[in-house]
Amino acid sequence: MIVKRVITGAFITLWSFFVMMPILWALVTSIKPPEAVDIKATFIPFVDFTPTLLGWSNIFGAGGATTNLVPPLFNSIIVTGGAAAISLVLGTISAYGLSRYLFKAGFIRNADIIFFFISQRIMPPIVLSFPFFLMLRNLGLLDTHIGLILVSIGGLMPIVVWLMVDFFNGIPRELDEMATLEGYNPFEAFAKVVLPLAAPGLTVAGMFAVIFGWNDFFYPLVLTFGKVVTLPVAIVTLNATITPYWTLSAAAIFAILPLVAFAFVMERFLSKGSLSGAVR
Amino acid sequence: MALVGHDLNVAVDDVTYLSNVSFNFEPGRIYVLMGRTGAGKTSFMRAVSGLLPLDSGSLEFNGEDLTHTPVWKRDCAMVYQQFINYPNKTVRQNVEFPLKKAGLAGEELARRVDTYIAKVGLTEFESRKPSQLSGGQQQRVALARSLARHSRILMLDEPLMNLDFKLREQLREEFLELFRGESQSVTMYATTEITEAMMIGYEILVMHEGQILQSGKPADVFERPKDKLVAQIVNDPPMSIITATIKGSKIILASGTELPIPAHFGSLGEGTYEVGIRATDVEPSSEGAGSETGEIGFVEVSGSETVLYLHTRAGEIVVQIEGIHDYHAGQKLSVRFRPERMFAFDDNGQLLESPKLEVK
Repeated sequence: MIVKRVITGAFITLWSFFVMMPILWALVTSIKPPEAVDIKATFIPFVDFTPTLLGWSNIFGAGGATTNLVPPLFNSIIVTGGAAAISLVLGTISAYGLSRYLFKAGFIRNADIIFFFISQRIMPPIVLSFPFFLMLRNLGLLDTHIGLILVSIGGLMPIVVWLMVDFFNGIPRELDEMATLEGYNPFEAFAKVVLPLAAPGLTVAGMFAVIFGWNDFFYPLVLTFGKVVTLPVAIVTLNATITPYWTLSAAAIFAILPLVAFAFVMERFLSKGSLSGAVR
Repeated sequence: MALVGHDLNVAVDDVTYLSNVSFNFEPGRIYVLMGRTGAGKTSFMRAVSGLLPLDSGSLEFNGEDLTHTPVWKRDCAMVYQQFINYPNKTVRQNVEFPLKKAGLAGEELARRVDTYIAKVGLTEFESRKPSQLSGGQQQRVALARSLARHSRILMLDEPLMNLDFKLREQLREEFLELFRGESQSVTMYATTEITEAMMIGYEILVMHEGQILQSGKPADVFERPKDKLVAQIVNDPPMSIITATIKGSKIILASGTELPIPAHFGSLGEGTYEVGIRATDVEPSSEGAGSETGEIGFVEVSGSETVLYLHTRAGEIVVQIEGIHDYHAGQKLSVRFRPERMFAFDDNGQLLESPKLEVK
């Protein structure tokens, strides 16, 4: 028994270390002065090196640095927030439709439509970036929030649809039937009965949409030039002939902080077992 | 005042769910849809409620055409075979949910909800979630929710199916009591069990493959099944059907066993017939003239009865005996029939003669 617990504990410790290490490493590096990175390997602040906020001040445009990550932060929030919210709404409605109704058009059935959505993510961004570029140019939406949000929805909605179809399939159809028998029209049944039960699914889908949207690099790189630069793109521009590890580390930590905060807030909605007792 | 259906037909992808179903149901009565699993009982209810779109036919209630009325405007209440309740709502909220939509509020709503929760005996559980209740209690919640609506059509789709035997007996009594108090609804009740159908039905509709084979008062259907198929559906354990020849004053079975001809077979001429006999009308006996001997193929003990499936030279014979007895497969057994309780069917399986009703 004790041996088993020791092994379990050791494994968890090791795994946590493995997962946390890159983040801790970045955190430590972000407060190192350049010489603490360049000359020899250093690990512990105050012992190996004297901490400095040089890296952090660089990402806010201080000390002659050309980059300030605050405007990109807001661009990222607007684009990710907008795209994730719209994807969540459209994706959830589509997924509900695909879960409850049978669609037929020629040889096309529900499964094919779902695959169509997923295929949007199978395709490498580089294949789509050229058509997207031309499309946005013709619409006059290059380097705009709206343009980037539109393209982003194409990538995020499939995730939502894919996750939510499965989730809705897990909610007994009899529940919405019951609601319609009890006088609620299909929209009310969806909003009042199904949606509250789908809260954990919506949370997961929302989190995935935000995480994928936030970390998206390729489309913002290709479709924006200077006005609407998002965080991942801005961070890359921090690079120089001599790689400023301290600045990049600070930027990396800065970029994941909003996601971490978001995850903490959303976690409470991930309640389990909310469907038990619907159908025995 | 009635719910009337004319020639309802439903087929999906070449599978027939309902075929030319017509009926005329009066409020305040319980109509039992009786049939095996897959006979179309659930389809019947789903078609009436509008959940299953009709291919053809029409439905009306009090002369008002319902055929194209959407589900949410039909005012049908349904209790499913599975215990379906809103899992995120308490018992009280479950019962309130449809009533709120119907426009009830305040005092009136509270009173109605209180009444029905009390009727199903769940007052002390009203703030629990369905998952915190037992199966029987969950089905009571579903029942309270449906009854409280005072809807014009009430449908119960094998509501006791998923309960254990004891609870089923108890709830059946309770439900019956509850339905009797609801005289304003047309009530439909689906079941596979003849005892249940006989006990609660005002009228029985025997269904098979989406068709209504026969309808009528429970005793009529049970005592005068229109054909072999109905006889088999409404008898559990199944009725034994064997081939027999009438010659002179004797009935001769395929095994050569001779039985005296019963009075009610008097009008049948000489010839070959299919004869049906209920499992309760066959009893073990000593070997001898008029008895049939065979080997037991299968023994089934259900409740307080023993059912034997006997292979004889006359055919497969099912025997039901009161009490639990120690029979085993492979054992030899002789049985005797009660000729006065025999049914006669013609070549097409249509009923020719049935036994006189027994007055007890």
